[in-house]
Amino acid sequence: MGILTNKNKQILLGPLSKNNPVVVQMLGICSALAVTSKLEPSLVMAISVTAVVAFANVIISLLRNTIPNRIRIIVQLVVIAALVTIVSEVLKAFAYDVNKQLSVFVGLIITNCILMGRIEAFALGNGPWESFLDGVGNGLGYGIILVIVGFFRELLGSGTLFGYHVIPQAVYDFGYVNNGLMILPPMALITVAVIIWVHRSRNKDLQEN
Amino acid sequence: MEQLLSTILRAIFVDNMIFAYYLGMCSYLAVSKNVKTALGLGIAVTFVLVCTLPINYMLENYVLKEGALSWLGADFGSINLSFLSLIIFIAVIASFVQLVEMVVEKYAPSLYASLGIFLPLIAVNCAILGGSLFMQQKAFPNVGIATAYGFGSGIGWLLAIVGMAAIREKLQYSDVPKPLKGLGITFIITGLMGIAFMSFSGIKI
Repeated sequence: MGILTNKNKQILLGPLSKNNPVVVQMLGICSALAVTSKLEPSLVMAISVTAVVAFANVIISLLRNTIPNRIRIIVQLVVIAALVTIVSEVLKAFAYDVNKQLSVFVGLIITNCILMGRIEAFALGNGPWESFLDGVGNGLGYGIILVIVGFFRELLGSGTLFGYHVIPQAVYDFGYVNNGLMILPPMALITVAVIIWVHRSRNKDLQEN
Repeated sequence: MEQLLSTILRAIFVDNMIFAYYLGMCSYLAVSKNVKTALGLGIAVTFVLVCTLPINYMLENYVLKEGALSWLGADFGSINLSFLSLIIFIAVIASFVQLVEMVVEKYAPSLYASLGIFLPLIAVNCAILGGSLFMQQKAFPNVGIATAYGFGSGIGWLLAIVGMAAIREKLQYSDVPKPLKGLGITFIITGLMGIAFMSFSGIKI
C-alpha cells in the first residue's frame, strides 16, 4: 500500500472544497467566527485546530475498539481536552499576545463541533493513518475559510494585513474610509454567507431545496 | 440584588452568547427549523448552564485557582492548578449532562420524550463550556452572581434560537436565491439580528 493511495488523497483533499467542514458540513462554526476580525489570530486558530483534530483522530482511532460505547463521549472529551490543554500551554509560552486575543476561544476548541463530528463520523470506523489524513484535511478546510474571512475583514475593516498597512495613503487622501462595520461580530456571519453563496453557485449539486 | 439583575440583563442583551460570541452556533443552526423544538433545546441549555456554572465556580475558586487550595493549610497556598481547568470543566459538564439525562428519563418520562434527543447534544454545546470559561475570565465576586450570569446567558441563547426558528418558519414562503437557500440565508439573518442586538451595547446597566 502506498503512502498516498487514491482513496487517501480523496480523504485529504475532499474537505478543502467539495466536502468543506464549515460551508458544507456545517461543523465548527461555533467558536471560530469571533477570532476572524484579524488575519493573524485566524491563522493561529486554524493551525491549532488542525493539530488538535489530527491527533485526536489518531488517538481515538487507536482506542476505538477498546472504548465502551455508552461512555465514549466522555472518553472523547477527555482526549480532546488534554490535547487542547497542551495547545493552550504552548500558545501561552510562545505566542502570548495572540493567546490574549484569542482569550476563551482556545479553550472552546474542545467543543468545536469539527472535533466531535470527525471523531464520530470517521475516526471511530477507520484506521489511524486514514484518520490522521482526515483530520489534517478537515483542519485545513476549516483553516481556509477562517483565513479568507480574516483576510477580507482585516483588509476592509482596518486596511491592514498582519498589522501592516497595505492600502496606500493616497487612497485615503482621495476620500476612502475604512469600513468599521467589518470589525464587528455580525459581519463575520455575513462574510461566511457570501462565501457559501459563491461556493454553492459554483457547485450546483450542493444547493438545498 | 441590583447587581444580580444587571448581570442577568447584560448577559441576555449585551453579551448575548450567539450574537456577540457565536457560541452554540452548531445546534443553533441545526435545531432552529421549528419553534417548538427550539424552545425545548433553549430550556435545556438554560437549565444545564444554571446548574454547571455554580459547580465550576466553586471548583475554580476552591481548587484550581492560584492559592485556592490555601484552605487546606499554609503549605498548599502556592499551588496553581489552573492548567487543569479545561479538563475539569468539560468533565463536570459531560457528567452533569449524563446525570440529568438519567434522572429525567427515570422521573419525568414525558419531559424526556420531548427533550431526550437534545440532552446528549448539550455536552458539546459551546455555549455551556463558554459560560464556564467566561466565568473564569470575568472573576465574579460570588457564586450568586455566577449563577445569575449562567441564567442570563441561557435566556439570551433561548431568545436567539426561538427568534431564529420563528423567522425560518416564515421564510419558507419567500423567494430566496437558490445558492443562498438553507444555510446561507440563515447566516445572513443571524448577522442582521446581531446588528439589531448591537443597539443594546450602548446601554449602561
